[in-house]
Amino acid sequence: MRQEEQNGGCFQKIANIARLAAQHDDLQRCCTFIIMTSTLDDSEKEKARSVSVDLNNDASLLIDIPDALCERDKVKFTVHTKTTLSSFQKPDFSVPRQHEDFIWLHDALVETEDYAGLIIPPAPPKPDFESPREKMHKLGEGEATMTKEEYTKMKQELEAEYLAVFKKTVQVHEVFLQRLSSHPILSKDRNFQIFLEYDQDLSVRRKNAKETFGSFFKNMVKSADEVIISGIKEVDDFFEQEKTFLLDYSSKIKDSTARAEKMTRSHKNVADDYIHISATLNSLSVDDNTALKKHLEKFADLFEKLRKVEGRVASDEELKLTELFRYYMLDIQAAKDLLYRRARALADYENSNKALDKARLKSKDITQAEEHQQQCLQKFDKLSESGKRELTSFKGRRVVAFRKNLIEMSELEIKHAKNNMALLQGCIELLKSN
Amino acid sequence: MKMATSSERSPPPFPEDLEPEPDEVGDQDSDDGEDIFLGTDNPLEIKMDPSLSVSDITSSTKPLSEASSPPVMDLLSEPASEASSAPMVDLLMEPASEGSSAPMVDILSEPASEASSAPMVDLLMEPASEGSSAPMVDLLMEPASEASSAPMMNLLMEPASEASSAPMMNLLMEPASDDLKEPPKPDIDPLADIINDTPLSEGKTPVAAMPQEPPSDLFDDEPSELFAEPRQSNTAKQQQTSIFDEPDEDLFSEPLGEASKKPQNDFFKEALAPVAKASNVCGPLSDNYNEHPTDIFTEEAITTLPSAVSTVSVNSKTNGVHSDEEEPDIFAEATVELSLDSPRNDRKKKEAAKPSASASAPAPSVSASASKPQPKTLEEVQYITLEEEVEDKFELNISITNPEKVGDGMNAYMAYKVSTQTTLPMFRSKTFTVRRRFSDFLGLYEKLSDKHTLNGYIVPPPPEKSIMGMTKVKVGKEDNSSAEFVERRRAALERYLQRVVFHPSLLQDPDVREFLERDDMPRAHNTQALSGAGFLKMINRATDSLSKMTIKMNESDVWFEEKLQEVEAEDQQLRKLHIMVDSLVGHRKELSVNTGGFAKSVAMLGSSEDNTALSRALSQLAEVEDKMEQLHQEQAASDSFCFAELLADYIRLLGSVRASFDQRMKTWQRWQDAQNMLQKKRETEAKLLWANKPDKLQQAKDDITEWEAKVTQYERDFDRVSATVRKEVLRFEKEKARDFKKQIIKYLESLLQSQQQLIKYWEAFLPEAKAIA
Repeated sequence: MRQEEQNGGCFQKIANIARLAAQHDDLQRCCTFIIMTSTLDDSEKEKARSVSVDLNNDASLLIDIPDALCERDKVKFTVHTKTTLSSFQKPDFSVPRQHEDFIWLHDALVETEDYAGLIIPPAPPKPDFESPREKMHKLGEGEATMTKEEYTKMKQELEAEYLAVFKKTVQVHEVFLQRLSSHPILSKDRNFQIFLEYDQDLSVRRKNAKETFGSFFKNMVKSADEVIISGIKEVDDFFEQEKTFLLDYSSKIKDSTARAEKMTRSHKNVADDYIHISATLNSLSVDDNTALKKHLEKFADLFEKLRKVEGRVASDEELKLTELFRYYMLDIQAAKDLLYRRARALADYENSNKALDKARLKSKDITQAEEHQQQCLQKFDKLSESGKRELTSFKGRRVVAFRKNLIEMSELEIKHAKNNMALLQGCIELLKSN
Repeated sequence: MKMATSSERSPPPFPEDLEPEPDEVGDQDSDDGEDIFLGTDNPLEIKMDPSLSVSDITSSTKPLSEASSPPVMDLLSEPASEASSAPMVDLLMEPASEGSSAPMVDILSEPASEASSAPMVDLLMEPASEGSSAPMVDLLMEPASEASSAPMMNLLMEPASEASSAPMMNLLMEPASDDLKEPPKPDIDPLADIINDTPLSEGKTPVAAMPQEPPSDLFDDEPSELFAEPRQSNTAKQQQTSIFDEPDEDLFSEPLGEASKKPQNDFFKEALAPVAKASNVCGPLSDNYNEHPTDIFTEEAITTLPSAVSTVSVNSKTNGVHSDEEEPDIFAEATVELSLDSPRNDRKKKEAAKPSASASAPAPSVSASASKPQPKTLEEVQYITLEEEVEDKFELNISITNPEKVGDGMNAYMAYKVSTQTTLPMFRSKTFTVRRRFSDFLGLYEKLSDKHTLNGYIVPPPPEKSIMGMTKVKVGKEDNSSAEFVERRRAALERYLQRVVFHPSLLQDPDVREFLERDDMPRAHNTQALSGAGFLKMINRATDSLSKMTIKMNESDVWFEEKLQEVEAEDQQLRKLHIMVDSLVGHRKELSVNTGGFAKSVAMLGSSEDNTALSRALSQLAEVEDKMEQLHQEQAASDSFCFAELLADYIRLLGSVRASFDQRMKTWQRWQDAQNMLQKKRETEAKLLWANKPDKLQQAKDDITEWEAKVTQYERDFDRVSATVRKEVLRFEKEKARDFKKQIIKYLESLLQSQQQLIKYWEAFLPEAKAIA
């Protein structure tokens, strides 16, 4: 509860900074402001970390993103690392990174053969400022039909929303790094360490058209492959179960994510309506000269306050619920990828068995085939072993994250509803008293 | 210029802005003062300047000298209004006795506010309207009120008296014409009476005795001059003006200077202390004016001594004395007024201020019956509050219940049970119930609006027809939306009927009683949207709005002008708000649907979840979200029922308000047309007179009499409608404030309740979430 209030204060602080920067009408231009995430206190950071994952508090490698700069389409994050590990040259350092660098790191991890048995943390989604930008556009169009006050309020609301998106973006990137840092194997990855330490721009090459097509093609092959290897009989009950569970769960959680998003969006619409109502009530009270004037003023005032609370409810629901579902949707996809890799290895092993049988029949290249079969078996066993471990930990992680978020959300819902109640009660008493 | 200042003035927000107000009133007052001089005696206008310059000497700037505080103006106004009305009152006893009746009071107040927009007209209107309730006076006043249009007045005056057509004289004619029709003697008598009275009352105070001498002199001269003059030949004009010069100097200009200067001091003291110092009036005045008015007045009288002529100082002293006498009244009134809404307040201020200026000549000396108008306004106040209480205690409860479908197919209709509970003796029994269908309600409205809209009443409109909604009901789909439609309509009809019976005048209507009581109501005709009558109505409405556009009303009453603007602005805002609330309802419904979708999805997710505790929690969450869906649904309904419907009602009601304004405009137009007709007739008569055709002259004279009667009638109609509209609008506003407050509270309570539910649901869920292991 108290923590939440502090967060609110911080948020306000950020909002103020943003508002200063957002003097221009064009939101794209006003994107150029610095989010002083560093002003956030520890509780805020803790919350950020707990958004969707629960990480072991290993103090040997601590990573955070204290601030970020948004210019047009690009978001520049400052990645700050604090470590006691000897593999790093310094114990404390910061480097500038862009979203593309994160993608590069993710892809590099995925492509590393050694990590085939691990759930690679999902890459952070691309910063998406489309929705507030679009809204800003709409707002500009509707400017003529709105009163000045209404327009200002709408703009403020949009700026707040923009800021929330921005903050969320920073968070998901941070979470990605934190999951890597907390992973016993991935935290020792060379690329990861370079990503953290190299103090110049990584200037990773964007994927060119061919590569984009290539990855698309690869995905196609993968899905086709998935269909083919799905025919292979599973040898391990655990994986059989996991597979059915994950397939089922993934489609369900996808649906839930979409619906939660819809719900939070309509909740935001309701909050936005409150703005218009408040503004119109205000202009109504200006014209009024009867005893009603004061009532209308109070009513308008109340709506303005309600709108703030309602807006918070919407954004908290989004943060605690939609984001949770979204993250686990991606994480489950990563787990499914692991299962695919293992199934692929199993298929390879079966194939190598067949090849060995063939070789034995022909008495040709037996040792080679045996070697290959052994390799495949080893790989499969390794994948199975680490996959089992990963999936089990994934399960635990998921349950803990759901618990935490659900508790936080209901607490927030209660808190906001109580705020609303206090506001309403106060207003009703005021109205009744005169 | 005057127009500009008056239109800028909006009904001042009382009581917060107490300080700026005196300024306004003062401004207006001095305006009026000027006008009055223009009006009653033109030569006096010349004297205005010296008077101003006198005050200029004492105060640094001219506008400042024009400032005055209302209490003082009230003071001055009392004798003034008395002076203006007294002669008449004495002359004709009726108006005096009827003066306390409501219509009279209302009429009285009107010119006051009109004064600010068309000062010249008002001046003339004022006595006119005062007399309008007494038929005898009407005749007298008719020319006076007609004098409002300058050219016509010339015309009028020529036949009325043989006086010259010099513009200066024209206004003087007005009293002259009075004299023509009434014996001149009584006219002087009341004045004399007043003078006789004053010493009596003022004799109690030693200082007051002093100023009595010069005024009585003046009066002796003046009235005879004033009233005798018009009948003299043109040559008399010169002499008359010269005669006026002398008394005027003393009596009119200086008291006026004094009047305007003194209030200004008070005003300064409250609002602009430094300025007051600059005009070196204020030395010792330090206390709050409201608390120690006596001190201020007497002190002022002294402070003004050095700067003003001796007579002035004497006058000012008497003023001070007067103020002592009248204060209790004034402040009593002021406190009463505080509790009233501001427009009325403002109006009264003007009213009080106006007469003060209109007869500033005898003002300082006439004090005997000065407090008379005050009780009158007090009476009015009491009357209004009484009326209010009566309204509140209305022993009449109406409810509409049990909407029931009667018949089948397209001929089906909904019938509603209208139950009445009452203790009013006008009904046959205490409780009774009738069944009415929607078109009966429409029929009732048609009847009422035919009868009462003409008189300027605001007839509450019934809910609109909805072919869509009704068709759905008729087709017999028992779905959510048609049930909602029926309920919405039921509630709207109930509110409509309640508004009708809460209207004191409409309740008296036999049709209302019949509607509530009669068992077999004859089927209402011509309420169908697509019937021939409906079509005719549409055409009528179109022509109405066309003719409305052609009427260019020369609005002479700021109050109406401002109110109409207010109503129009409010209408616009309400419409906008209605759209917003509709969109809120839409979004809330959407939220409800989406929450429901999410709930189902989470339930599915919970069933897939392999962790038992989490699975359980997720299905609990699904349940919570399910309830949330219900909650949002209910909230959307109360958004719509409590809030959107209220707005829709008032958008419709504002339409009726505008209709009553239109009605007033129409009666005005009729009056104007009649006046034009009368003018034409008079022109004909003049031509005939010139052509010396006595045979047709009689006919023309008859015509004139006929049209004069019509003009009087129409003018009275206009005044009556104006008064009704004003009363209705004030009543409407009061009702609106009450209604809005009630509905807002109801709406907020619904919001509060849904938040309480929400807390309950989430608090129940919280342990479930915590139980996830």
